[in-house]
Amino acid sequence: MNNTLFGGCRVLDLTDEKGLLCGKVLGDFGADVIKIEKLGGDPARYIGPFHKDIPDPEKSLFWFATNTSKRGITLNIEVPDGRDLFLKLVASADIVAESFEPGYMDAIGLGYAELKQTKPGVIMTSITPFGQSGPYAGYGATDLVATSMGGLSRILGDLGRPPVRMGSVPQAYFHAGLQGALGSAMAFYHRELTGVGQHVDVSMQEAMTLTLMNTIEIFEMLNANLVGLGQFFVSVRPGQSPLFTRTIVPCKDGYITVMFGGGAFSGVAESSKALVKWANEEGMALELKDFDFATQWDASTLTQEESDRRNAIIGQFFMTKTKAELYEKAVERGILLAPCNTMEDLTKNEQLRARGFWESVEHPELGETIVYPGAPLKMQETPWQIQRRAPRIGEHNEEIFLGDLGLNLQQMTVLKANGVI
Amino acid sequence: MTRKIFEGLHVVDFSWAAAGPQVPRELAEHGATVIHVESHKRLCPLRTFAPFKDAQPGIDRSAFHAEYNTNKLSMSIDLNQAKAQEVARRLVAWADVVAESMTPGTMGKMGLDYESCRKVNPAVIYFSTTQQGQYGPHRMFQGVGHHINALAGFSSCTGWPDSDPTMIFTAYSDFIAPWYTLIAIIGALLRRGKTGQGMYIEQAQFEAGVTFMATDILDFAVNGRSVGRHGNRDRYMAPHGIFPCRGSDRWIAITVANDDQWQDFCAAIGNPSWTADSKFSTILTRKGNEDELERFVSEWTRGYTAEQAMTIMQDFGVPAGVVQTAEDLLNDPQLKHRQHFITLDHPEIGPHSYHAPAYRLSETPHEMKSPGPCLGQHNELVYKEILGFSEDEIADMIAEGVITTAYDAPFKPGW
Repeated sequence: MNNTLFGGCRVLDLTDEKGLLCGKVLGDFGADVIKIEKLGGDPARYIGPFHKDIPDPEKSLFWFATNTSKRGITLNIEVPDGRDLFLKLVASADIVAESFEPGYMDAIGLGYAELKQTKPGVIMTSITPFGQSGPYAGYGATDLVATSMGGLSRILGDLGRPPVRMGSVPQAYFHAGLQGALGSAMAFYHRELTGVGQHVDVSMQEAMTLTLMNTIEIFEMLNANLVGLGQFFVSVRPGQSPLFTRTIVPCKDGYITVMFGGGAFSGVAESSKALVKWANEEGMALELKDFDFATQWDASTLTQEESDRRNAIIGQFFMTKTKAELYEKAVERGILLAPCNTMEDLTKNEQLRARGFWESVEHPELGETIVYPGAPLKMQETPWQIQRRAPRIGEHNEEIFLGDLGLNLQQMTVLKANGVI
Repeated sequence: MTRKIFEGLHVVDFSWAAAGPQVPRELAEHGATVIHVESHKRLCPLRTFAPFKDAQPGIDRSAFHAEYNTNKLSMSIDLNQAKAQEVARRLVAWADVVAESMTPGTMGKMGLDYESCRKVNPAVIYFSTTQQGQYGPHRMFQGVGHHINALAGFSSCTGWPDSDPTMIFTAYSDFIAPWYTLIAIIGALLRRGKTGQGMYIEQAQFEAGVTFMATDILDFAVNGRSVGRHGNRDRYMAPHGIFPCRGSDRWIAITVANDDQWQDFCAAIGNPSWTADSKFSTILTRKGNEDELERFVSEWTRGYTAEQAMTIMQDFGVPAGVVQTAEDLLNDPQLKHRQHFITLDHPEIGPHSYHAPAYRLSETPHEMKSPGPCLGQHNELVYKEILGFSEDEIADMIAEGVITTAYDAPFKPGW
């Protein structure tokens, strides 16, 4: 791929669900990514949801989402013939991505030292729950465990109930994969300039800690451990009780997020004024008509009762409008308000449509074109694109083993019969 | 000493708040020279965000700002003045990469948009990042991260099925978008090396965030299902949850992926009689009796500290982990082993912890040398040594207010 950022970069992808996004990201930016699966297919093919809810290794939507722009082969890298074929591929590769338990690649004779002997300058990217060494290096983790150990679950959830996971899309796997792609890109750049390859060691836990914004600083400066506050925003006030402001509020057909207040909150005062003006035009929230949000709303002295009372007044107005009606006017009038979009709402979002965000991907075997999330950024000169749908099991075996590696049909049949391919 | 990856790379950083500045920051931690272009007249919002040293707000007292601007040089300049815009274009001519995150149109008004920058530096790599992008009907929407959390679907999919969507404290897409941008910039630098051409990279943080909802989006596209809130439950695993431990507000995450792991789990808790009940012997029966299952698991976890429960589970091969607070993270032995938190000494804030990247490079380690700078801290270096202005010229620019020196209004914290 000439017209892409990473054309000419070949990636061998041995990862499981924890690291699949790494190869997808590099592939969508143009790299030639070969997904190497176990015989019979990668276990991640059994992660749901599934196409039409039919559990089938060729119908996992998780697999579809995390393997675009890859070709796929099956190969048993634990047996000598498979290991040799893998090393032949390594000789043509720039990056080898893997997410096995630390030490596994060394144990099967494919550690970084061996890879480097085959291909000086090769980059190995290892994506694991906690990193290659250290007291927890041998620990296993699923998404929930990694989001918990990385601190994100702790700051989510309703007051008085257990902490919660972020959504149901495995965020820790996605973050680890994206960080793997970034570390790989850094190492690839260095290799292109100097010829020196290196081992990139990614920790899923560490990737999650990078989503915490200023949580660590709040602890160090204020000695406070943040916890999930449900639908509320809290203003910490020296010398008095904290003020809770509900920022996720119900409307006619769902929920919106809104910042209602004033005083020191920059931009919020003007937004609240514009919101009250709109409500007033429809005969509501009249009590707040002449309220000066910039000077009269002082979060440092406001009582909880008074704050709740004012929020209840505007809350009544929200109940008369749908999410879409509220957001449309918010954009028009500069009100800081947005809908809590469901997946259905998201697909109707005007901005995403106007920008051509969605990508259609052909799935001929399913007789369908499926709409995927598109580019994380836009570039005119080297457009981001999904090069192909996720590979089927062993889809490119012939192309790669016969074409790239120069096996003949008979050799390939022998290897198949012996459980290598 | 090994060469740093981006040694010799010059970056001019006009970006603000959280998503933009992290990109130059990561380049700076790998050797690039990054100049953060700031003004006393319009503060970078992070300088106005808590937490502040000793809870006393001030332009150089936000630990939030310090964290996200490590290794950068700060210069102060009033870009509303024509002469200042000339100075900024001299910086652009010096730069390999230009970063900005202003409201769409702002850079153009100052003659600092991509097209203008290309005239003084044809090979410049220029990236713009905003919440909703440079074009489209909602491009001017002035929300903060919480609005994007709601728009992208994170809020409505997080929380309990019997409760409302969750207010997500962090500006979550700000911690997704920068990593994509960095990959694109690296690719653009490689391309420039081969072709001599620069390029423009345009990002909507909203879109970058939506890519992390991919499977739920496909579920809707294919199955018409709008995934709602499920607490901590998983469609295909049980138990899969966060359970109370000994102590106050202490929790552990435990996940059992399959029937083999269920046997490991039962062994880990000493095979109490309830585990033999056929109600729990298969994934289907466990899913069918999940409320009761979770009560039994909680009974066991309450007897242990979160750390003890994690060790027991992991020793039996069951994925489990403490639900860690900020304080836990700072004391976490694994993060200590990886030297995740680095202490840097900020001139106003003093020493505190800064996050390292999530990857370790064996040959070219990152280096965190200095905390986010005080506003205008490196004026002398930038104006004199990099831009080559004389003492007299600098004095004139201070007198004219081109170089800003003081924040004159009463300081207003943003949060």
